[in-house]
Amino acid sequence: MTPAHPPGAGVRLHVVTGKGGTGKTTVAGALAIALAAEGRRVLLCEVEGRQGIASLFDVAPLPYEERRIAVGSDGGEVYALAIDTEAALLEYLDMFYRLGRAGKALDRFGVIDFATTVAPGVRDVLLTGKVYEATRRGQPGRSMRGVKNAQPSYDAVVLDAPPTGRIPRFLNVNTEVAGIAKVGPIRNQATSIMSLLKSEQTVVHLVTSLEEMPVQETLDGIEQLAALDLRVGALLVNLVRDTGLTARDLKASAAGKLDLGEIQTALKEVGIPADDSVVQGLADEARDHAERVMLERAQRKRLDASGKPIATLPFVPDGIDLGDLYAFADILRAAGVV
Amino acid sequence: MTGRLAAVPVLDGDQLIGDPDVRIIVCCGAGGVGKTTTAAALGLRAAEQGRKAVVLTIDPARRLAQSMGLTELDNTPRPVTGVDTSAGGSLDAMMLDMKRTFDEVVESHATPEKTEQILANPFYQALSSSFAGTQEYMAMEKLGQLHAEALDSGRWDLIVVDTPPSRSALDFLDAPERLSSFLDGRLIKILLAPAKGPARLLSTGMSLVTGAITKILGGQVLRDVQTFVAALDTLFGGFRARADKTYQVLKDPQTAFVVVASPDADALREAAFFVERLAEEKMPLAGLVLNRVTTPGPSGLSAQAAWAGADRLEKQSRVTAALLRLHAERAGRVNRERALRRRFAAAHPMVATSTVAALATDVHDLTSLRTVGDLLAA
Repeated sequence: MTPAHPPGAGVRLHVVTGKGGTGKTTVAGALAIALAAEGRRVLLCEVEGRQGIASLFDVAPLPYEERRIAVGSDGGEVYALAIDTEAALLEYLDMFYRLGRAGKALDRFGVIDFATTVAPGVRDVLLTGKVYEATRRGQPGRSMRGVKNAQPSYDAVVLDAPPTGRIPRFLNVNTEVAGIAKVGPIRNQATSIMSLLKSEQTVVHLVTSLEEMPVQETLDGIEQLAALDLRVGALLVNLVRDTGLTARDLKASAAGKLDLGEIQTALKEVGIPADDSVVQGLADEARDHAERVMLERAQRKRLDASGKPIATLPFVPDGIDLGDLYAFADILRAAGVV
Repeated sequence: MTGRLAAVPVLDGDQLIGDPDVRIIVCCGAGGVGKTTTAAALGLRAAEQGRKAVVLTIDPARRLAQSMGLTELDNTPRPVTGVDTSAGGSLDAMMLDMKRTFDEVVESHATPEKTEQILANPFYQALSSSFAGTQEYMAMEKLGQLHAEALDSGRWDLIVVDTPPSRSALDFLDAPERLSSFLDGRLIKILLAPAKGPARLLSTGMSLVTGAITKILGGQVLRDVQTFVAALDTLFGGFRARADKTYQVLKDPQTAFVVVASPDADALREAAFFVERLAEEKMPLAGLVLNRVTTPGPSGLSAQAAWAGADRLEKQSRVTAALLRLHAERAGRVNRERALRRRFAAAHPMVATSTVAALATDVHDLTSLRTVGDLLAA
């Protein structure tokens, strides 16, 4: 198993995807904190208009403006941005074209509205474009005029991206654009974005739980991303429950061969009503649990077989709070994801 | 504790699929909550109770698609094998292929010569196969087609649809309005202008905008777009008319929307968003299906008692302590889910709800779909 990239080396853009319900936003938040160690500054972006970051970090809904939402160790900082397509388009036009009166006319003629709500594809172009701009900011070489010194530059950007099923199309949209625009500014922009996304500066992490469908989507996703020359970083296995049962007890539970007499005696000792229905009820729950654990282990094996680096994050029963995010960040660092 | 929950009106799956006036069921909700499973389970149960059902799925998990015999992605409803048709019903299923759907629209509404021209346009190729957002328009188009075919041929009397897995799932509701605002807007005049008349007929505002667009897109892209829009021009009207019609059908009482969620805070927040959005559009909501609900064990042992017992038994009987912890966790989960459901019910007291207990294994064949169907009806 070779790590997809040595910790932190050269990666500036971390794209986090995953099937719905697997905790993609949570993991993206934890990754941002992990990256914001040792005084580094990190930007965490969301693109689906759900305000998932605000509710995760327990702050007011984010405007289209980069705001500091958390701190890392030694003065590290996490900034967040909820990317709004209309604002991103206006900003882009302003940055590149200084259209003046014509810019206002575009709005009056419904061009802005058309681009951001009616026309398919444009949204993804704008969202990836903004992420590109934030990632490249302050870097040597081609940088965008206009915003060069106005906003902070970042050591790393974490993108809470669309779900696994949509990620190949989302990240590859600029290839399509470059295919349409043979010359001109749009083509240059699209080509630059794709070269960042396909470079060693970008990795895509896939979040999954140990259920069959999310794991299948993850494995499909790895293949599809590879086919597009996009780099897969780590597989982040989330919502993993600890089993308190020993291997032997787990097997016995699954086979319905637990020593019910021992359990009954033990329960009575601590004053828990231990009639047969209670004992059998506990044994049934243990069987369900054992079946689930075995299913999860089989799924884990499928992920291991992919050869990608894997980090395991625990299920948190009461919902994630800020403290859990920092604990997750430590796990991600210890696992060498960043 | 359960007093408020007991007052929540119940969504009865059998009543829903048994109502002959209900001819379309639309399942929507956040990703990963079991939307496609719910749609497939409703379709299967309806078919086995005598409905002639077709399930239109937008983005199914591979295994589930296989369980319904959908190995081919050819955009045509196919009979699902293994369905009990003794009640006189039938089940077809299809997966939406947005490019095929778009191609077919072009083929059936444009001249062969024009069809060829459109299909070869690079802009059209990207739009129809790769761009997010096209799916919503095509889902609407396909639903309209199936509905028309159901009326004409009587092949189906129930269409079950699941929607794309994102918040934009309801964007297809906006599709007719968005198309209209574009077609009635001034932008289309600009895009069509060179094809229809000399540029000098453009107003100052228009040439200003044309200039700006040229500057941004470059002349070549603008020309490609113009050629494309001009070629599609005759199709747009039909698109809009059909989308409008489908929109009206969706608003009609023959349609029932089912919002699907799992009992966690995020999914229920999304469910609330969908419920409110549907109410805004005055769409007929049948209710909420809550999947993967944790059921309390039969023992009636409280979480606290189980935790306390587990701590004391650690030395005497490790296995009993572990079993008590498992039970305590499950009982705790039951309580948290109830609290979330109470919160949702308090904010949306009129939303009928059906709860589907969590299954020990994943759903990927007709047998397990039947189990889900049983739970939806209970």
